[in-house]
Order: sequence, then structure tokens, then C-alpha cells
Amino acid sequence: MTFTSKSTVTQVRYLDDEGNVVQPLPAWADDLDLLINFYKNMVLVRTYDKKAIALQRTGQMGTYPSHLGAEAVGIGVGMSMAVEDVYVPYYRDMPTMLMRGATMVHNMLYWGGSEQGSYFNRPDGQLSEDFPICVPIATQCTHATGVAAAFKLRGEKRVAVTSIGDGGTSKGDFLEALNCAGAWQLPCVFVINNNQWAISVPRTIQCGAPTLAQKAVGAGIPGVQVDGNDIIAVFDVMKKALERARTGKGTTLVEAVSYRLSDHTTADDATRYRPAEEVNDAWKREPIKRLRQYLHNQGVWDETKELAWQSDCNQQVQAAVEQYLATTQEPPEAMFDYHYESLGEPLASQRQQLINKAMRMAGGNHG
Amino acid sequence: MAKVTLLEAVNMALHHEMAADENVVCLGEDIGTNGGVFRATVGLKDKFGFKRVMDTPLAEGLIGGLTVGMASQGLRPVAEFQFQGFIFPAMEQIICQAARMRSRTRGRITLPLVYRAPFGGFIHAPEHHSESVEALFAHIPGLRVVIPSSPARAYGLLLAAIRSNDPVMFFEPKRIYRTVKHEVQDNGQALPLDVAFILRQGADITLVSWGASVNETLVAAEQLAEQGISAEVIDLATIKPLDIDTILKSVRKTGRLCIVHEAAKSFGVGAEIAAQVAEKALWDLKAPIARVTGYDVTMPYYQNEKYYQIHPEDILLEVKNVMEHSA
Ligand SMILES: Cc1ncc(C[n+]2csc(CCOP(=O)(O)OP(=O)(O)O)c2C)c(N)n1
Repeated sequence: MTFTSKSTVTQVRYLDDEGNVVQPLPAWADDLDLLINFYKNMVLVRTYDKKAIALQRTGQMGTYPSHLGAEAVGIGVGMSMAVEDVYVPYYRDMPTMLMRGATMVHNMLYWGGSEQGSYFNRPDGQLSEDFPICVPIATQCTHATGVAAAFKLRGEKRVAVTSIGDGGTSKGDFLEALNCAGAWQLPCVFVINNNQWAISVPRTIQCGAPTLAQKAVGAGIPGVQVDGNDIIAVFDVMKKALERARTGKGTTLVEAVSYRLSDHTTADDATRYRPAEEVNDAWKREPIKRLRQYLHNQGVWDETKELAWQSDCNQQVQAAVEQYLATTQEPPEAMFDYHYESLGEPLASQRQQLINKAMRMAGGNHG
Repeated sequence: MAKVTLLEAVNMALHHEMAADENVVCLGEDIGTNGGVFRATVGLKDKFGFKRVMDTPLAEGLIGGLTVGMASQGLRPVAEFQFQGFIFPAMEQIICQAARMRSRTRGRITLPLVYRAPFGGFIHAPEHHSESVEALFAHIPGLRVVIPSSPARAYGLLLAAIRSNDPVMFFEPKRIYRTVKHEVQDNGQALPLDVAFILRQGADITLVSWGASVNETLVAAEQLAEQGISAEVIDLATIKPLDIDTILKSVRKTGRLCIVHEAAKSFGVGAEIAAQVAEKALWDLKAPIARVTGYDVTMPYYQNEKYYQIHPEDILLEVKNVMEHSA
């Protein structure tokens, strides 16, 4: 017997590097207000990103993973999802999380060393069901599969969406999650933020396959590659994948090809392992300039609007920073208060010891 | 003699042993061109080539299993995990495979491998970057768990770990990676495994610690001396197997014991030491055994981590308490 599996991966793209249309746009893209919204959000998160790095450099925040260059992926994914869907992020997903209700203040609190950063609402004011930022690579994928399994079990028309870096796709967790989602035909979308680098390890020596989208073949689900710097393409591919999941047709793997224009985190120095020419070249394809050019060409965006929006973004970011810096630190004993539903002995006595210690520390050295 | 940091001492030992034994290979995430996220493997790839210094795909389970296979062929893999908190995906390989292979095969297949990982808190790191879970590994039969507390011991113990024919978990206290510099001679001399080091002689109380906390323990001992209390300080160094004899000898002399560790209190290495001392030297004790440890909570994000951290004053207060409540 012969089993044939056709696996052709073609990259989906509507706008080229200069913002020219390369194939007829999807109908929804006639809504120029929506595209302007995409654009504004991408500029906002880029403004935030710059500020977050500055905060880290000046000691006001801890290690921070920049999303510079991935704005179209994050905003595209975030804006395509329904409020009641569940998002299961990894650490570089601030843009998506922002679209889903976690604010800049939450993001700063998280990277500023406070658990308060993971307590956030949906945009409609309800307590969010989205997961907190995931640091251990790829473990979030299995959670998304579980969330989707719950949706399917209860017959809910909701979708679980998760994202992961290109390096993370090397892990068993990713493949295990994908495999199960495929076998059970779960309402789930996996998004690979393929920014070409996993810290210092380039995509090419991470995996021997020419695309990461084709990892879907083994799971029996569609794998789509999209130009991750083209937000129209990202949104369109996501819309279709979400629709597919919502109508009971199962899981999709989306590989968004972009480029990490920044260091891996503020603790990294990419010049040690990455040629400058490569980065310069990648800047030519970056997502924001591309959509701006398109909006210019449509006559709906200009320099005046640009300057006004930039100053608006600066103000929004500044206001968020002030709120972050003014947020009262949680008392030390908060570290005891959320582990179990109720605090029994001996944790209660350890908690009291900690309070005594904190008071001692506040009162100076009474050795 | 060169003064080096603990991190540089690790690097020195790796360079030394890769040159001395062509079976030694290094592998892990970002260890090649980047020299590891902390730079522990800097220069190795340039010197020994990518065949012996391998950037692996981002997959710890793979690293665990790959090294088992390599070591079975007589290679001596030294694998780096970027942080102790990221070893967990490899636990199945380490616990179910690496630790048991010699016993299962009655010595036919042995696994001379080393798993290195920075560990411990208090460097303002994000979550999952501050774990101190040496007890998890110490609990597993078949593993050695080694923790250096100074550059010299990092150099000597790492050499010993690589030369050991058994799997070794080698945990490097990253809080003191760069903060202390000692003279270390690159002479290829290993320190003994399975032996605790007495860092300071004393008559009134025995303080046992390991890793970064050894430094606060030494500071506390100094301050206790000024107050007329003579503390003996032991650096455990090899956590498993435990050198209980050195501890017992000291406790029999001082009659008092205080264990200092950064990891959560319950079910930890401190509990094991206390149990063994209670079993073997209860009647030599003049006071109950004390522990100064982390709390039984997840290491808090860094805004509150200083409250979790052990300061010399915490040790001082506990020791005074022990002294006051002595028989
Ligand atoms: C299980 C695990 N191993 C190692 C790490 C350390 N680490 C953090 S980010 C990273 C690289 C991730 O690269 P990729 O998946 O491509 O995502 P990117 O950061 O490029 O967005 C590594 C190795 C981790 N967080 N979790």
C-alpha cells in the first residue's frame, strides 16, 4: 500500500516590502479603519517596546524580551481573536496580550518583578481566562491543547490560540501538543513566531526542514506559512484558521515568518553572534513601514496624522510608566497567600516569620 | 597565579579537560558561538571545533537522552542547561535513564556524564530563573550532586565530575558567578568528590551550608566570633552522597548544629542532614538542630525576593537562639 501526503507550503503575502499589493486583498481589507487600527496598535507597541528597554537600562525594570519586528504577528493575532477565545502566550507576546486586555502596566509589572502583572481583565472588563506569560519553552502549547479539549467537550464555539518561537518548535511539548490537537480535531490555533533566531541559534541549525509549517503534516492538520511582516496576511490567515476551528474543523498551524530586530532580551548582545548586514537587510522588510506605505498610497494616512499618533503613543506609554512606578509593591507575605486555597500550618507560621523578618529589615539592623 | 571568578574557573576546567581527554565533548543551547548565556563555555568552540562543542536544538529532553547515548559509547559529555529551572523537561531522561543505567545493566553500560546548570536566586532574574532544587536530584539513587561555593572548588570539583564514571549533576551558584575572585592554578588537579570541606574551625556550633549561602554563613561566623561564639563552618560541596562523617565529627565536638540553605525548607537536604545527625549523634547534641532556609513558597518575583533571601543576620539570630536554648 502507498500513502501519499502532499505537503506544499506557500507563503501567504498581500503586501510587498514597499507596501505594494502583490495579489488582490481579501474583502475585509476594504475596511480602511481596521487597517488604520492595525497600524496604530503596531506603532503603540513599538513605542512601548523602546520605553521598556529604556526602563530596564535605567534599573527601573528587570530583564525584558523585546518584540521589535514582531508587531504584525502580535497585533494581527490579537485583533483576529474573539474576546471569549483563550490566548496562551509565551514571553515575547506583549502585543497580543495588549489586544486581549492585559495593559502596558501589567507587562511592566511582570518584567518589573511583581506577580501583579499576571492579574488582568479582558477588554470587556471580565476577568481574563488568558494564561499568564510562559517562560519555560513550549510548555504553553500543551495547555492550549487542553483548553481546546475543554471547549470541544462542552461544545463551546471558542478557540484556544497559543504562540511559540521557532526554537521552541524543537521541543517535544510542541510536537506532543500539535499531535494531540490533530488527533482529537481540537479548536486550536498554533502560531509560530519564526523570528529566525533562538538566542544565538539560527533557524537553519535548529531544524532541517525548509519550513516550520510543514511540521503540521505529521499531525494531520493544515500548516500555513505567512509573511509575518505583512499584517494583512497575518490577520487573514488567522481569521481563516479561527473560523475553521470555531466551526468544528479542527486545528491549524500558522508559521509567521518575521525577524527579531532586537537582542534576544536586554540580557543578550546579539552582535556577538549575528552579522550586522543581516539585521540591516531585515529592517527593509519590517512590518510598520510597510503598512504605513500602503495607507499612504490609499490616501488615508499622512505625516500630520503620523506625528499626532506618535505623540499620542508617547503620552499613553508615559502615563502607563507613571502608573507602573506608582503601583504599590505587594507586601512580602503575599508570597504565601496564593499557593493554596487556605493557609494551614506550618505555612502560617512561616508567613509570620517572614513578616517579622520584613519588619526587622525595615527597622535597620538590630542583630 | 591568576585570580579568576567562579565562572572563569568553570571555563578553565572545561578547557583543561577537553584538551586532556578527546572523549570530553560539550553540548547545550547557545554554548557554541555565544559561549553560553553566562559565558561559561567561551572559547571552547574556537579551540575544539563544532564537532566537540555542539549547539543543540532547543530541547532539554533531547539533551538528556542524547548524552545518555553518547556516554554509553565512552564519550564524556558535559551538557549545559541554561538554568536549573529548565532541566525539568530532561528529568525523565535523567531520573529514569541516566541514573539507573549502571545498575540495570549490572555495570555493563556506564554513563560518565555531567549535567551543568546555574542555579539559585537573587540576581533579579525573571521567573523560573531562580530555582534551588538540589534536593530533587539528591533524592534519586544513582546521581551525584555537586555544588561548588568558590572558584577553586568549581575548578577542582568540575574536573572530578568530568572524570567520574557516574552521572553528576553539577550546580553552579550563579549569584556568586562573578562576585568573588580567587587564585586558581590551572594544573589539572581535581578535588575529591563526596567530601565536605571544613572552611573554619570552631568549638561552639557547627554551621553546614553549600553554594552561594556559604558566603553569608562565613560572614555570620565572623560576626559570631566577635561576640565570643566560635562557629565551625562546613561547605558540603557534594550533596549526594552526603559526607555525614565530617558533619558528625564536628557536631560531636561542638554539640550544636545549624544548617543553612537557600532552597525551600520542607523535605530538603537540610532535613536529611538533621535526620542523620538525630539518628547518629542525638546524645551529643546540647540543643535542638536549627535550620535557616528559604520558605516553602515559590521563589517570589524579584520585587520581594530580598525577603526570601538569607542574610547573615538571619543566621546570627538563629545561632543565638540555639545557644540560649542549650542544655
Ligand atoms: C525549557 C527552557 N529551556 C531554555 C530556556 C531559555 N531560553 C529562553 S528563550 C530561549 C530561546 C527561544 O527561542 P525561540 O523559541 O526561537 O523564541 P524567541 O525567543 O526567538 O522568540 C531559550 C533557550 C527556557 N526559557 N525554557
